Amino acid sequence: MSFINYSAREINCKLVYYGPGLCGKTTNLQFIYNKTRPESKGKMISLATETERTLFFDFLPLSLGEIRGFKTRFHLYTVPGQVFYDASRKLILKGVDGVCFVADSQLERMEANIESLDNLRFNLEEQGYDLDKIPYVIQYNKRDLPSAVPVEELRATLNTNSVPEFDACAITGEGVFDTLRALAKQVLTELRKGG
Amino acid sequence: MMNPQLALYDEELSEIREVADRLHQDSRARTILIVDKNGQLIGSSGVDAELDTTSLSSLVAGNVAATGGIAKLIEEEEFTGQYHEGKEISVHMTIVARRIILVVLFDKNTTQGLVRLRVKKANEALTAIFDALAAKPRTQEEDVFKEITDEDIDNLFGP
Repeated sequence: MSFINYSAREINCKLVYYGPGLCGKTTNLQFIYNKTRPESKGKMISLATETERTLFFDFLPLSLGEIRGFKTRFHLYTVPGQVFYDASRKLILKGVDGVCFVADSQLERMEANIESLDNLRFNLEEQGYDLDKIPYVIQYNKRDLPSAVPVEELRATLNTNSVPEFDACAITGEGVFDTLRALAKQVLTELRKGG
Repeated sequence: MMNPQLALYDEELSEIREVADRLHQDSRARTILIVDKNGQLIGSSGVDAELDTTSLSSLVAGNVAATGGIAKLIEEEEFTGQYHEGKEISVHMTIVARRIILVVLFDKNTTQGLVRLRVKKANEALTAIFDALAAKPRTQEEDVFKEITDEDIDNLFGP
């Protein structure tokens, strides 16, 4: 749910990075944080376990500049990917404006990808959202790894509706900003339609 | 169906600010924040430059969401209030009109009792503002967004 402040002339939107455990959601946010000018970003917050696994969420506020005199601010969140944190994932999806599904390209994570995508669809439905109708992009992460499944195969399994998709290597940053840009664009386009 | 968008205009924002300022003064608290349940800061009073209100708002919303999740699990409708006691600063959070969180940061300059008393009054005033806002028809100003072009959006991201 975007929040438009006509008085301060600000648009605020919430983007959520979803995906199986260790697929690279936090790494996406870390790369964005590291490569963004200090004046355009706030603090990145990670509520993580001692072993740096996301426990509740990561949060990164970004300012992207002005559009028709309105400042655009995006709040980026990740969910905890591990299966047993489902209750937390549901909470983070509340009020979401756009979702990025980060898939782990490794063959051995295909089942986890499918399970997580089903879980995303189900949890969105529970909140009254339809994954086919909200701003949504897919990122195929870890393309650099030797066990990466061909993109055609990932597409056939995870992107049957042909939403915008991006190859990525979140550690080096390849594809990270392309993914964010495509999602932010969709969210703003949705706003034009009247939210 | 998407959640309805929250749109705020000058009129409501100045009313909200007034309530925050009054609560700030009457409760002798350090800081008042008015945050929506998704973690967006709507209004504040008594914020000093060092306070990271963006992070604070997001964490407060996460906290309220988590306790809301607990409430649901034990079949309690909602925990409307929360209190975190610190050595120097304590935090009082109240849910207003089911979608807003009223946050009060206070120190030894006041008491929890006084804060609670003043929050109750502010809660009523804020509920009236947000109920009126929910019933308010959309205005012409929202057409601004209908005029956004693909080029406007592209320009935002640079070359």
